[in-house]
Amino acid sequence: MAETSVLDRREGARHPPVPQRHPAEPALILGHKTIGRVTADVCAPIERRPTGLWWAAFLAALAALAVGVASVGYLFWKGIGVWGLNRTVGWAFDITNFVFWVGIGHAGTLISAILLLFRQRWRTSINRSAEAMTIFAVMCAGLFPLLHMGRPWNFLWVFPYPNTRGSLWVNFRSPLLWDVFAIGTYFTISLVFWFVGLLPDFATLRDRVKGRVARAVYGALSLGWRGTTRTWQRHETVCLLLAGLATPLVLSVHSVVSFDFATSVIPGWHTTIFPPYFVAGAVFSGFGMVLTLMLIARRVMGLQDYITHRHVDAMCKVLLSMGLIVGLAYATELFVAWYSANPYEKFAFNNRMFGPMGWAYGIMVLCNVAIPQVLWAPRARRSLVLVFAVSILVNVGMWFERFVIIAGSLQRDFLPSSWAGYAPTLAEIGTFVGSFGLFFTLFLLFCRFLPMIAMSEVKAVVAHDAGDGHGGAS
Amino acid sequence: MSRRLLVLAFEREGDLLRAVGHARAVGHEIVEVYAPYPVHGLPEAQGLAPSRLPWVCLAGGLLGLAGGLALQAWTSAVDWPLNVGGKPFLSWPAFVPVAFELVILFAGLLTVAAFLHRERLWPGKRLAVPLPRTTDDRFALVLAPAGASYVPEVVERTYRERFDAVEAVETLEETRP
Repeated sequence: MAETSVLDRREGARHPPVPQRHPAEPALILGHKTIGRVTADVCAPIERRPTGLWWAAFLAALAALAVGVASVGYLFWKGIGVWGLNRTVGWAFDITNFVFWVGIGHAGTLISAILLLFRQRWRTSINRSAEAMTIFAVMCAGLFPLLHMGRPWNFLWVFPYPNTRGSLWVNFRSPLLWDVFAIGTYFTISLVFWFVGLLPDFATLRDRVKGRVARAVYGALSLGWRGTTRTWQRHETVCLLLAGLATPLVLSVHSVVSFDFATSVIPGWHTTIFPPYFVAGAVFSGFGMVLTLMLIARRVMGLQDYITHRHVDAMCKVLLSMGLIVGLAYATELFVAWYSANPYEKFAFNNRMFGPMGWAYGIMVLCNVAIPQVLWAPRARRSLVLVFAVSILVNVGMWFERFVIIAGSLQRDFLPSSWAGYAPTLAEIGTFVGSFGLFFTLFLLFCRFLPMIAMSEVKAVVAHDAGDGHGGAS
Repeated sequence: MSRRLLVLAFEREGDLLRAVGHARAVGHEIVEVYAPYPVHGLPEAQGLAPSRLPWVCLAGGLLGLAGGLALQAWTSAVDWPLNVGGKPFLSWPAFVPVAFELVILFAGLLTVAAFLHRERLWPGKRLAVPLPRTTDDRFALVLAPAGASYVPEVVERTYRERFDAVEAVETLEETRP
């Protein structure tokens, strides 16, 4: 038909051709789904009663959260003295946990924004939960500097607002303040991006759920979405713009976090490679956490057809490459410490490897550099048990990386008379456990009440794989 | 006066795209098209211009940049300059990170606000979709075929036979308050 060919040509000019799937390549979504099947499958966990497994996990998460609430209550009652910090090691467990949680968030943005810009279609099955992970992880991260303030009820003082203290403004020349803006923007933009992406799926739920309350809630959340062409067109534009904004944002966030250390004069912190090194580490740990969560979720929520071996394989490859970058960063640090001929720098790295916290350095290298190398083998990437173990060990290693950098560097500075040790107290460990409780409580609620998979995006992938593309029928 | 509308349902995006092409060729006015996911090529098939939201994004970014730099310069150097470690009051390089974050924040929030405003999306708004399954697995094409020669049955049959329309409903246009 003449009009169809005109359409095809016009369409081809505006969109770069979507790469066609090679016949031998396995499909992204298994089980030959129709688009109606996608709706039914993704909505199923929301519509049925939660399973016993979900309840068990939820109660465990709540218990961990209760430990955190008790620890924080004790902290508020007594003051910062209940932590193991001292005059030499002024930052330790709390800031380690802050950097750890912020880093975990980064994979969510990478999957939802950078992979969207690169048109990686495998991201559609996991982007929704990865973005949720980002938001919850940043919430956990924000908690730690807040608690460290000592008087957290004065947290408003970190914002530049006209005040009765003479209008005493914040110090814009301090990286700690840059952190406030970086983390605040990151949380806001991630939340907005997530919500905008959820709108069409809220509408699907609104038109589907039976209960009156559920219908009203999903109806309000859908903002009256109807899915007209104009709406979809603008929605796609907004998502692309937000992805374009989130990409430099995510790189800036961990760069700014690394400035907290890099702009100081402490040997072991004062390095120029910190921004890229921290960003790579963040993506590395984030992908570790995404893999952990996805492998649990596909089993617990029965989403094996949507989160397939191909997704796991792709994530493993990202994990492996990020692990290599992190390994390179460790080697570069050591090389520069030796090559700079700076005695303080040399001492700091000797102390890091062979000092009182040398065991932590060992765990870090083992978990972040050595163990991920098994992922070179395709057979290892297909073994879900092995991948699950590696994904957890990566996060153990990345936590120790931050601990080694922060507490390890502070422990022994220029003046031997001020050297000190550090050991966490129960209150600190309890707060850390509580942050995991908060994270998993929120994530399990998300699995229960929101569509874990971006239905509209997966439908487009399914329709494309079924050969129902534009002009395919003509 | 409200118009008579013909709502046609399709099961595949290919059928929908060809039906849209046909409607435009024969001059059936397309009132609206509803889809459960973004169909590539549909805005072009309907002849919609690209969205102008990128301009809002640019404006938001520039606003964030100007506002961020102005705020930092004014508070640090004009309103109450404080000597912190002998650093200059107007430390432009130190102002870059916060200005950058504010560019992103303003650009993102204003783009989304403009999107919601233009689409008139807000909590509590409720307009029915023409067919219940258009947010699930159906595509709906709403036509306003006007003119003396318009015989609903004939038009309906054309779309059913040539483009596999699975459902056809005649309604009256909703008069919006």
